[in-house]
Amino acid sequence: MAYKGNRIGPEKFEKGQIKMMVAVLPLVLFMLLPIIFIICHAFKPMDELFACPPEFFVHRPTMDNFTSLMKASRTSNIPISRYVFNSLVITIATVIMSVVFSTMAAFSLSKLKYKGRDMLMQVNQIALMFVPVAVMIPRYMVVTYLHLTDTYWAHILPIVAYPVALFLIKQFVDTVPNALIEAAYMDGATEMKIYTHVILPLIKPAIATGGIMIFQQIWVNMETSNYYVNDESLKNLAFYMNTIANLNNTVAGQGMAAAASLIMFVPQLIVFIVLQNSVMNTMATSGIK
Amino acid sequence: MAKTSIAKRENANRAGYLFVLPYGIVFAIFILLPTAIAIGLSFTNYNAISAPSFVGFLNYINLITNDEVFMQYVLPNTVAYAIIVGVGGYALSFLLAWALAQLSRLPRTIYALILYSPTMTVGVAMTVLWKIMFTGDQTGYINSWLQKLGIINEPIIFLTNVTYLLPIVIIVGLWSSMGVGFLSILSGILNGSEELYEAGAIDGIKNRFQEMIYITIPTMKPQMLFAAVMSIVNAFQNGTISTLLAGNPTPGYAAQLIVNHIEDYGFIRFEMGYAAAVSVVLLLLVQVFSTISTKLFGESD
Repeated sequence: MAYKGNRIGPEKFEKGQIKMMVAVLPLVLFMLLPIIFIICHAFKPMDELFACPPEFFVHRPTMDNFTSLMKASRTSNIPISRYVFNSLVITIATVIMSVVFSTMAAFSLSKLKYKGRDMLMQVNQIALMFVPVAVMIPRYMVVTYLHLTDTYWAHILPIVAYPVALFLIKQFVDTVPNALIEAAYMDGATEMKIYTHVILPLIKPAIATGGIMIFQQIWVNMETSNYYVNDESLKNLAFYMNTIANLNNTVAGQGMAAAASLIMFVPQLIVFIVLQNSVMNTMATSGIK
Repeated sequence: MAKTSIAKRENANRAGYLFVLPYGIVFAIFILLPTAIAIGLSFTNYNAISAPSFVGFLNYINLITNDEVFMQYVLPNTVAYAIIVGVGGYALSFLLAWALAQLSRLPRTIYALILYSPTMTVGVAMTVLWKIMFTGDQTGYINSWLQKLGIINEPIIFLTNVTYLLPIVIIVGLWSSMGVGFLSILSGILNGSEELYEAGAIDGIKNRFQEMIYITIPTMKPQMLFAAVMSIVNAFQNGTISTLLAGNPTPGYAAQLIVNHIEDYGFIRFEMGYAAAVSVVLLLLVQVFSTISTKLFGESD
């Protein structure tokens, strides 16, 4: 085979690529259909939800499902705005804490030299394989022992240390040239100065990636609301949406449930689209060596 | 003077400990400590009310010799799920990433976004969506389509049907398996060096398949390993699909996975010691499979 130039990551569209696009299309459509379905379902008026045989696409889209979702929350003791507020506070706090802690730790593990550093990195690498659901019960004990039950901390703290995020950020910090840090030392910079003025500006893609990964963990998290928080007014939006989806498991409730899931899905999608470039940049250094 | 201070900084850097401390504390309290407690509890009998009493290896012995549900349903289900969603999903992510890497930027980004988006639908969306899809009468979409195509005459009650439940859970699992690992592989392929492909062509590589085996995979082993670990973890920790679709325990234990077994004993029967033992087995399983993939993809040189 004569070498006809690189086909990996081509700059321009060429006819040859159409074959590949068509080849993957069926699978891509299979992945896409359920998402289209949620979107259609959320906007279906009552008679289309009840239609038999059921219709996949929406014909006369309405906002009915969203308004009845709002109405349903007005009759309950706690307004939906409370859950939105809870979720926003929890999500923002978790993402900020997690990103700050992870970038600090990544800087330390990657660029500072001290005893036990490699061992700490090893521990985190093993923790990539950590399965949170396996320790739900012991975590519950820890949360109770620390008197965190029924506080925002019960939502936040269990998610803050996310080994995958630290790992990805650390791999990215590795690509910052040591010469830059040595030069900063020569100029008399402290470690804090190097962290804020050299490392952070250079690892923005990794910060975005770590942030989005934590966001995806915390935004949909129902475990903490289920097990660590009893006070209804402190539970999060994901939990509330799930309750609605399960309570109204009739055809009439389906539209509301679909509307609820769309509300949970869209913020994630937007954040991901905005940051996808950074994510792909970070993934380039994601390998385990 | 300046030189000694740098040397000092490079050897025993106290700032290093300070920077790692905040993450380290949270990590220790919410990951290390719970794991240690789980291991400790697994050797006890504990019902969440009275103090745990030490029973040695009894929980593990019971798990292997006495727990018919575990041996007959949970373990085979988990293995089937892990092989199809873990290994199959992994192979699929690689093939899709490889195909996507040959597209120009815009179509590649759109495709990647579509493939990744199901991982964002965990929880609420998952329940709603698939429950409606698989509704057990003619108002269910799958039933309606199958009837239209003439494959079935009577609607199938999918979500309580012992035969179909596990396959459904596996399909949903596969659907949502193109996560971080997939992105990592895609990025790994895109960053391969062009010289290697050129050299390969000169050395007599004949087709794209050979190119994939001899150049693409060897140059991105680290990404392959990261993705492998991610898909193993994903394959073993996913119990939510079963619970959300069919409740816990699932009808006839048809789609009971190891995570559901832990929830069943821990939060329904309050046999915390036993649940902890199952948790430890789960953590060990993940560890064993990850070690195997490290052997496969680890940098040998």
